[in-house]
Amino acid sequence: MTGTGVGPELIRLTGVNASYDHKLVLEDVSFHVHEDQFTGIVGPSGAGKTTLLRLLLQTLDPVAGTVWRAPDLRVGYVPQLESVNWNFPITVFECVLMSRKSSRMIPMASAAEKASVFEVLDRLGIGDLADRHIRELSGGQQQRMFLARALLRQPQVLLLDEPTSGVDISTRHDILHLLADLHEDGMAIVLTTHDLNGIATHLPHLVCVNRQIVGEGTPRDVLTSAVLERTFGARMEVLEHLGVRLVVDEAPATYTPGSRS
Amino acid sequence: METLLEPLSYAFFQKGLVVASLSGAILGLIGVYIVLRGMSYIGHGLAHSIFGGFAAMQLFAAQFYAIGAGLWGIASALAITTVTKRSRVGADAAIGVITIASFALGVALFAKFGTSGPSFENALFGSILGITTGQIVGLIAVAILTAGFVILRYRALLFSTFDSDVAAVSGVNVGRIEAALMVVLSLAILATLTVIGVTLVAAMLVIPAVIARMLTDSFGRMLAYSTLIGTLCGLIGMYSSYYADVPSGTMIVLVGAALFMVVLASTGGSGLRRTKGLDSHPEDMVAG
Repeated sequence: MTGTGVGPELIRLTGVNASYDHKLVLEDVSFHVHEDQFTGIVGPSGAGKTTLLRLLLQTLDPVAGTVWRAPDLRVGYVPQLESVNWNFPITVFECVLMSRKSSRMIPMASAAEKASVFEVLDRLGIGDLADRHIRELSGGQQQRMFLARALLRQPQVLLLDEPTSGVDISTRHDILHLLADLHEDGMAIVLTTHDLNGIATHLPHLVCVNRQIVGEGTPRDVLTSAVLERTFGARMEVLEHLGVRLVVDEAPATYTPGSRS
Repeated sequence: METLLEPLSYAFFQKGLVVASLSGAILGLIGVYIVLRGMSYIGHGLAHSIFGGFAAMQLFAAQFYAIGAGLWGIASALAITTVTKRSRVGADAAIGVITIASFALGVALFAKFGTSGPSFENALFGSILGITTGQIVGLIAVAILTAGFVILRYRALLFSTFDSDVAAVSGVNVGRIEAALMVVLSLAILATLTVIGVTLVAAMLVIPAVIARMLTDSFGRMLAYSTLIGTLCGLIGMYSSYYADVPSGTMIVLVGAALFMVVLASTGGSGLRRTKGLDSHPEDMVAG
């Protein structure tokens, strides 16, 4: 798994500015997604990570710069779990099926469509949950369901917004392994995360964002005190453990009840 | 049995029964999307807006008033969609101004010039008297259009209702689907206006869908239940209207409200929990 992206180019942002309500969120960002890429976009809350994803998805138009996508590119997208209306009346099966364009005049799924949905659900280990309401799933299962919905379209690029937010350590490992397998199968993957030790340090390629691209490269290249301070605005120490970089606060504090006074 | 058969001996009641049940079915079906998209207020505003067109077109082009009011409604619907999309802040206020101003215009025109069609009171609260064959044909056409739209664009409608951003990324033309939904909604409101009434149409867009939501967690079943409940409200409401001698729209809505209470009592907390988040806007992605 190289993950650094040397294969054919799929998406290219060049000198892009993005804003909401005339407030600049990203400035002069250039970013490429290649066929064999596995990239984590790292940064603090409000740094522009989701905005960068939206530019890649083309659900947000840049106010300056250009966005290019390979013709007929198939993109899969897994949203942040926090952005989902979990009370929406929908079962796991219905949720996954919706991403497949119907081949029939009637709403009911054909036998082939059912088989393809169950194939991808089984691959992700949630085939037995097809009739459950989406609210009844655990965080990890919800993440797998949206992965299944994205994978049903057989995407060339998979974009994920904070895929391990709100899941336990075991589920986080499972999701990372799953993504690594998909990458091995030839899928380009770009995800956002603010989890440096749980996710970022395990990825082959990172992009640090804070309104601009602050650093880009392997974890060894960008998980340094200098880049992290420019990204997060706080002093951090970088340790090495079993060949993996770990980030800690430079001066960890201990908070005890009543200490504020 | 006599209670059921006796009103059927009147032609106006037979027509009314067909129109009321079809109206309930149409509003129940399209109401699912309106409720799940958090657009109940838009349905309410649109009904008022169409009333303005209804009154104006009766005045200026009486023979084509249905077409004129339909165009007025579609224009209002598209204006509301544009306002809602372009500016979330203040969108409710803008919709309120546009639609209620249109309603006020309708009231003023009714008061000043009268109408060759339904009376002011009937337009507001619905009536089964004087339903023409043309209206029935129009209603059947709208019912076919609504059902066809929902069936043929089922997945695209569901996807854009559940998560419009991901739907757009996945190849759904969300803008076109939303515009088409608003057109169908305005035609549904226009077609049911005379039976249900301007002030009560919005209630029939919401009540069957909310009851259906309390009964199921499946989208497909919610669509079926809401259509069925809307039809039942129309049927029972018509009989109640006949026997109580009050406007049909009033009784149809009251039957819906009674059904809501029955379902609420029988499903308890679980039903109520399911209605949580019906006005959410999941398309608002977190900017970060």
